[in-house]
Amino acid sequence: MSDNLREQLANLPVYLGQHILLTVVALGAGIAISLPLAVSVTRWQPGRWPLLTAVGVIQTVPGLALLALAVAVLIAVRPWTEVSAFGFLPAVTALTLYSMLPIVRNTVTGILEVDPAITEAARGLGMTPTQRLWRVELPLALPVIIAGVRTAAVWVVGTATLSTPVGQPSLGNYLFGGLQTQNWTMVVVGCIAAAGLAIALDALIALLEKAASARSVWRGSAAGLGLVMLLGGGLAAPTLAATWFDAPDAPGLAADRTPAERLDADTRGRVVRIGSKPFTEQYILSALIGRRLQEAGFEVERRENLGSSLGFQALGAGEIDVLVEYAGTVWTNYMNREAIPPAWHVLNAMEGWLADEHGIRSVGTLGFENAYALAMRRELARELGIASIADLADHAPAMSVGGDYEIFDRPEWRSVRQRYGLRFAREVVYDSTFMYRAVRNDEVQVITAYTTDARLDVYDLTLLADPLEALPPYDAILLLSSDAGSRPDVVAAIEPLVGAIDMQMMREASHMVDREQDKRTVTEAAAWLAAQIEARLSR
Amino acid sequence: MIRFREVSKRYGDGDAPPAVDRLSLEVRDGELLVLLGESGCGKTTTLKMINRLIEPTGGRIELDGQDVQRLDAVALRRKIGYVFQGIGLFPHLSVAENVAVVPRLLGWPRRQIAERVDELLALVNLPAETMRDRNPAELSGGQQQRVGVARALAARPRIMLMDEPFGALDPLTRDALQEEYRRLHEELGLTTVMVTHDMTEALLLADRIAVMRTGRLIGLGTPAELLTAPGHADVAAMMQTPRRHAARVEALAGGG
Repeated sequence: MSDNLREQLANLPVYLGQHILLTVVALGAGIAISLPLAVSVTRWQPGRWPLLTAVGVIQTVPGLALLALAVAVLIAVRPWTEVSAFGFLPAVTALTLYSMLPIVRNTVTGILEVDPAITEAARGLGMTPTQRLWRVELPLALPVIIAGVRTAAVWVVGTATLSTPVGQPSLGNYLFGGLQTQNWTMVVVGCIAAAGLAIALDALIALLEKAASARSVWRGSAAGLGLVMLLGGGLAAPTLAATWFDAPDAPGLAADRTPAERLDADTRGRVVRIGSKPFTEQYILSALIGRRLQEAGFEVERRENLGSSLGFQALGAGEIDVLVEYAGTVWTNYMNREAIPPAWHVLNAMEGWLADEHGIRSVGTLGFENAYALAMRRELARELGIASIADLADHAPAMSVGGDYEIFDRPEWRSVRQRYGLRFAREVVYDSTFMYRAVRNDEVQVITAYTTDARLDVYDLTLLADPLEALPPYDAILLLSSDAGSRPDVVAAIEPLVGAIDMQMMREASHMVDREQDKRTVTEAAAWLAAQIEARLSR
Repeated sequence: MIRFREVSKRYGDGDAPPAVDRLSLEVRDGELLVLLGESGCGKTTTLKMINRLIEPTGGRIELDGQDVQRLDAVALRRKIGYVFQGIGLFPHLSVAENVAVVPRLLGWPRRQIAERVDELLALVNLPAETMRDRNPAELSGGQQQRVGVARALAARPRIMLMDEPFGALDPLTRDALQEEYRRLHEELGLTTVMVTHDMTEALLLADRIAVMRTGRLIGLGTPAELLTAPGHADVAAMMQTPRRHAARVEALAGGG
């Protein structure tokens, strides 16, 4: 087995366990909410159409949009509640809503389709409406209701993979992480695990459905037992894996100690939660910080693939303890500044703002910048005589520009366009992996690249200078939540990273993970980076 | 005694003619009264108003002098046996469970229910040993309606309401069940109101027949009275049918 595959499989218990936990809770809540609602509209006809329409509309909202909406709503209500707007709660909320349509629809249909002669017999023999429901209508509708639950279960398992960007680990971590790092083994492991879970659930619930149709108690019990074993086994997997194997560095949870030890560590405040955004550099830095903290005796929990500003929000709320941010992002996205002043001013103003507004402590810059910069193929730039963004103005109307999910909506982009008078023919949004390929294949001529990205070298791209300083500085800064920032032991453990990583080191580490030949895992790249830092310090 | 006093039932908002129109009628204790008439004449509506499956829009129905509107509908229905046109056995329950429905609703002790179920199955000529745990779907139509009758009799009602109980059965089974029911009616001292559109069934079973047409009572009397002195032209026309059938059968049997 390759190291890559071994590393992926080591994460399986945690991801699968979290995925099953999400599925079970969302499906349970979905059933608990849907059944009474559906039953009540079989009694009260005016409510039927509105309910079916509402759950139908929810279903048409794309899964990811629903998850994002759940986060937005939870953030909006935060002033009045103590609830967490990240991770489990928004994911479960969205998935619960998502599961409702098939359960509501099938329950309504199942009950309304009970033969009127049977319901009349129930009335005529002297059953009260409640007795009629429990003794006649629900038992007869049961196979149809279970079929609805089955559909919902398969949908929820699939949609749960999208909960990764809102900070809830799931099998989606394989998919998002694999796509970012072009680690196809990771993607395949995630696909097989998610599909396997869906197929197993589907088959077991189908068995339950057949048992209900045949009114076979023992077949129903067998299917129920199978479900309990599958779900219970999945839920217990992280604990079992941690107990039986020496699972190395499973991100998402502290997994290299027994549960008892971990609980002990938690109560002593020795658990540190590290957040990361969804790209390779962040995975490596998160692993690197995790190593240092573990060496200092802390337990580490990693929350990977947090959507860009979610990580920052989570840090401010104390949901995570450590995060690497970028100065320009804080400046434009969180501080909402339109003007782009000189770098030193940005860094100073930012530190004060973070402390005052969010209680976030800035430990310092890591030593490299991961800036947005415009890049194009070296040959094309030479051919057209383009060296800086200023040279681009004349050519832009005939060119397409590719960018990541957020750049075109950010103030930096407005700043670049205004200062240089740029107007491109098309703006195309890509996942960062595909953005580099697109410029290589001339689908777009310019991209908004990241300066630390190893793919600049791999694809022979050249960065365009920014003489008018339209783009802010993007120094990587190490941020701590107010709680972690007030603990000297945590600060001491990670402080040596300040100023320790230069652009070339970061680029090389990312390259190891992203390249197609001789690929390294994130853990290996972090280990390499740690060794480089040691070597530099001892020089 | 069941007494209808000027009972009307109007569906919808008054434009349509009433389904039952100012009906007055007495059902005597211990008699088997057949409500006879064509489809849509209001006979089933009349029947269902007795146990309040349908509520009248005018007049009142008295049970032993008490206005049924003042009785609790659920308690009323548990006190009155009902045999349904579509049989209406619960497909998810066994034969024994179907028969036990009303006793269980009434909270009888488990042992007493079990004994009663066996007793009732014997009463309707079904072998309890082999039938008890069967599903309704495994039974023939005649067996199903025997279970239906047993279920209606379970809590020892004094009144039985039957809505075309034998309509869906083949003629031989129907014949057997009609006779058996007539015997049960006598033995148990029941008061029975039975709806049918089958003239022969009415003539053979009834103590008295109430003939209905467009919601009104157009004839009332014993079978013999209605055959000899129908009174109403429509009743006379209806009585022709079984008579003609009988004559033809007679002729055939006589070597005709």
